[in-house]
Formats: sequence, structure tokens, C-alpha cells
Amino acid sequence: MNGGGGHGSALRSFLKKLAQFVIVLMTTLLGLVAVTFFIGRVVPIDPVIAIVGDRAPAHVYERVRTELGLDRPLIEQFVIYVKKAATGDFGNSVLTTNPVMTDIANVFPATLELATLGTLIGVIIGIPLGVLAAVKRGTLIDQFVRVLGLVGYSVPIFWLGLMGLLLFYAKLGWVAGPGRIDVTYSYLYTPFTGIVLLDTAMQGQWDAFWDAVSHVILPACLLGYFSLAYISRMTRSFMLNELAQEYVIAARVKGLSEMRVIWRHALRNAAVPLITVIALSYANLLEGSVLTETVFAWPGLGQYITNSLQNADMNAVLGGTLVIGAVFVLLNLVSDLLYRLLDPRTR
Amino acid sequence: MAGAPLAEQPSSLRAWLLSAEPNSRWQARLGRFYLGWRAFTRNPLAVVGLSVVVLLVLVAIFADVIAPYSPVAGGDLRTQRLLPPSATFWLGTDDQARDIFSRIIYGSRITLFVIVLVALIATPIGLLVGTVSGYLGGWVDTVLMRTTDIFLAFPRLILALAFVAALGPGIENAVIAIAITSWPPYARIARAETLMIRNSDFIAAVKLQGASTPRIILGHVVPLCLSSLIVRVTLDMAGIILTAAGLGFLGLGAQPPTPEWGAMVATGRNYLIDQWWVAAMPGIAIFVVSLGFNLLGDGLRDVLDPKAAK
Repeated sequence: MNGGGGHGSALRSFLKKLAQFVIVLMTTLLGLVAVTFFIGRVVPIDPVIAIVGDRAPAHVYERVRTELGLDRPLIEQFVIYVKKAATGDFGNSVLTTNPVMTDIANVFPATLELATLGTLIGVIIGIPLGVLAAVKRGTLIDQFVRVLGLVGYSVPIFWLGLMGLLLFYAKLGWVAGPGRIDVTYSYLYTPFTGIVLLDTAMQGQWDAFWDAVSHVILPACLLGYFSLAYISRMTRSFMLNELAQEYVIAARVKGLSEMRVIWRHALRNAAVPLITVIALSYANLLEGSVLTETVFAWPGLGQYITNSLQNADMNAVLGGTLVIGAVFVLLNLVSDLLYRLLDPRTR
Repeated sequence: MAGAPLAEQPSSLRAWLLSAEPNSRWQARLGRFYLGWRAFTRNPLAVVGLSVVVLLVLVAIFADVIAPYSPVAGGDLRTQRLLPPSATFWLGTDDQARDIFSRIIYGSRITLFVIVLVALIATPIGLLVGTVSGYLGGWVDTVLMRTTDIFLAFPRLILALAFVAALGPGIENAVIAIAITSWPPYARIARAETLMIRNSDFIAAVKLQGASTPRIILGHVVPLCLSSLIVRVTLDMAGIILTAAGLGFLGLGAQPPTPEWGAMVATGRNYLIDQWWVAAMPGIAIFVVSLGFNLLGDGLRDVLDPKAAK
């Protein structure tokens, strides 16, 4: 691989991989659309009745049915559905009457804000913790990381969120309660990016900013905990793997300090698979946000989906499901591509 | 032949189990099982996990005997509503004046129902898809694995939510939805195992004897995939419990007045600040049971699948 055409062939093989990825991406997305279409069709809730109500006269019912395209063959309906989904058109939400995509664009920043903060907490605390556990294997810190992981895999996130609210909001009063920002501050800034922390900071509304911080901190820490439980466990196992390699012995023999061996040599090599783990945990937080947002009344995609669910608003539910699925797929592919780019062994 | 030594004292029973030259298939199997059991019990946490799971099963079976009150009918709404934990009501009462302890005890039945049904539906699907895909290869493999990947692409809870939305809320639909979202990883594992098995000599020998493809897959490939699959399913149990509880919490699982733990936490949410026990107690039950399954799964993995253990 290093000889002859070197750079050119590496680039070509990378492009070939890229083309493969695009094909995989397309078929997976098509599959996602097919699954949501299927769910939309087996639904016992009649979408026509959801719009006109069950007391509408027969001709109104028929007209709406034709308007929705429900009188055409299933295959034709599917083709139309795919075409529309490709342009981001999931129909209108019955609940808000807006196009579903507009609604999703409105609520997505809130979810993004929470998931990003959660992942940041997970990375900043989880990686050092995992490294420490691997280096001091079998000691108290190793056990601690193990317990942290076990609890993270076993505890219901919605319950932990409620208990957090009970302790830190109701009893101790350290943080603000549910919601994103206090009503008092909500008109002090203009929503621009949709991410409250950014908006308030950019407009210099520091009081509003700190209020937003005290609202976000508890749900972010909650998601961060689940992220760090996963990341620290994986970091530990990657580091154990690297520390057993011969280059680590070579580095030690060379007389490098233990700090340098661990953080510069071993961690660098463990970092490549860690990227996949971080991307996966980010994707999982998007999922975890459904329950967390319900607990904290956080106006994000998760709450949008559950609200729509409870009102039998299938367009919104399927649109939201599809968007989360697509983000999931994209994150997976990006992490896969990054892995191949960063790890020379996979070329 | 095998019966006689069994009657003697335990030490010779052990010798019989550990015999290097077993006289029958049964003896060999029991011996393997005994060795696995010994390895398993060396791990105290795994034993704790097993005890929790056994306890869950026992509590579910004997719920009528254990629970002091009815899980559905409440007491006096004027005097027994939202009482804190006490000697009469061990874990307090909820907003309908029902004893939370009794409800948790009966709730174990629902949890067990969900776990068992999901395992019974999802495992065979995953096993079949994975072994067929791995053994046949070619376009069958491509189609089946792409389908699997599509299902894997959805986060589990979200897909289950969408299915329940379509099927309507209820415990049976929740089970179906969770099963539909659970099989893909099993198919992946079964396929990976099959790929390792399909080229081995004994499969070639069976093939030469004229065995049909279904016979090879069902009789020779599937049994060898089972052990790693059992480990995976056990490790997944905690996730299944949490997903079911999450659906219940969102009001999409078991419907009231069924004492489902997730739904109980959702009720307690309304009384969180002043009557914390209504939400806290069922949550602890969910936590303990899923922790038990996680510990048991870890222990089983060390015994059945030494490669995966670190």
C-alpha cells in the first residue's frame, strides 16, 4: 500500500469506499422510509377520521380520503410517500397544523443542545475515568467505574430524572425546575439559533443565560451520566488492549515517563475506536431524550413525538421517527468514515 | 448404567459428574453443566444476580400469598390516600389509596410476562434470520442483513414508540413492539457464529451424508449458536425491562389500573414533591430487577463465552 501509486491509489480506494457508503446510506434510508410507511398503513387509527372527526358525512369523508391519496394502490402511495419524504415533506401535523418538517426544525435545536451537552460531559469525565480504571486495574477506581457502568445500564432514566428533580430542585433548590428558561426571561432575547444558551450569550443577556444554565444543568448531567457510564467502560477496555501492546513496553524501555506513555502513546491509539463509541453514545442520547424531555418538560423532538403520539397525530410521529432514524444512520456512517480515515490499518 | 452411582454420597456424585470417560451423553452433559455451575458460583456478583431473578420469579408466582392488599382496589379515599411508608403500608399508598407494596408485588408478574414473551418471540426470529443468512450466503444473506441493518438503524425506544402508536397502547402491543425491535442484534450474532461453523469439517461430513439444508441449519447450526445467544438475551433483559417501563411511563404500555412499574412511576410524578414514595418505590423495583439481569448476564458470559470476557 505504501509503494508505487501510493497517494493516488489510496485516494481512489477511499473514493470507492465513499461510493459504497453512499449506496448503503441510500438503501438504509429507503428502508427507514419503508418501515415508517408500513407503520403508517397498519395503524388502526383512520387518518381521515383523525382529520374530519367520526361524525363527518360520507361525502366529506370520501373527499378527504381522495385528497390524502388513500384511495390509490399501496405501491403508488408508497412511491408518492418516498418522493415526498426525499424533499422533507411529511405532511402536516394535525395537532399544530404546521408542516411536520417545520415543527421538527423548531424543536430539534432544543434536543441537540441537550444531547451535545450530555455527550460533552460524558467525554470530559468518562475518558479520563476509563483511562484511570485501565491503568489502575483491579483497584478501587476500577471497581468504581464498573459500578458506575452497571448502574447506568440498569437504572430507568426517567426515574433517575424524577429523583434528581426531587433532590436538587425541590429539596435543595440548587437548580431550576422543568422547562428551558423562566418565563420572566423568555422575551429578553430573540431566538436565533434555537439554542437558548447560544442565543442569550450572543445577545449579552447574561441573567437569561444563567437562568438557562440552571435549567439545563440537571437534564444535561442526567444524559451525561448515561453517556459517561458507556464511554468510561469502553475507554477502559480499549486502554487495557493498548497497554498490553509491545510498543508500550518499547516506550517504557526508552525511558519515557509513565504519564507520557499512557496519555500520549496508548490513549492516542485507543482514541480511534473511541470515536465510534462517542458517536454511538451521541446517537443514544437522542433516544434517551424522549424520556428525559418528558420528565423535564423540555420542548424538544422527544417531547414533540410523545405529545403527537398521545394525540394520534401519525404524520408527526412518523416524521419524527424518520428524522431520528436518519440522524442515527448518518452518525453511524460518519463515525465509520472517520474510523477509516484515522486508522491506517483499515486502508 | 448411569443411575447406580447417583445414589451414593455427594463426593462420588462429583466424581461421577467430573468423570473423564462419561458412560452416556447425559452424564457428559450433566458434567459440563456442573463445571459451568462451579465457574458461575465463583463469581459472587453473578450469584446475586441469579438470586434477584429467582426472587422475581418466586414473587410473581406467589404474588397472591405475599401481597397484603389488593393491587387494584384501593382503601378508604378519605383517610388512606397518599400515606407515607408505615407498618401497615410498608411502602406507603398512592393517590387511589392502594398499597404500593402490593402493587409492586403484582407488578412483577407483568414484568415477567413482558420479558418471557419478548424472549420467546425475538430469539427464534433472530436465530432463524441469522443462521439462514449466514449458512446460505449470497443474495439471501444480502437481503436479510440489509433488512436487519435497517431495523438496527432505529433507536429501539423510538421504533417501539412508533409501533405502539400504530397498534394502540396496551401491554400486548408493547410486547410485540419490543420484540420487533429486539431481534436484529440476535440475528447479527447468530450469523457471525454460523459463518464460523459452516466451513467446519463436521458440517461437510453431515452434508456428505445427505442431510438437507433445513436439517443442517436446525439440527447442527442452531444448537451451536444458542449459548452465545442466551448470554446476549440475558444481557438484553435489562434493556427490555427498561424499554417496557419507559413505554409504561409514557402511558403506552399496560393501561390503568394494571400495576405496571413504569406507569406507577408516571402516576407518582404528579405527587413527586410532597409524596415522593409514590414515584420512588416502583422505580427502585425496576432498578433492582434490571441490575439483577445485568449481573446474571455478565456471569453467564464469563462461563459460556470465555472469549468475550475481558
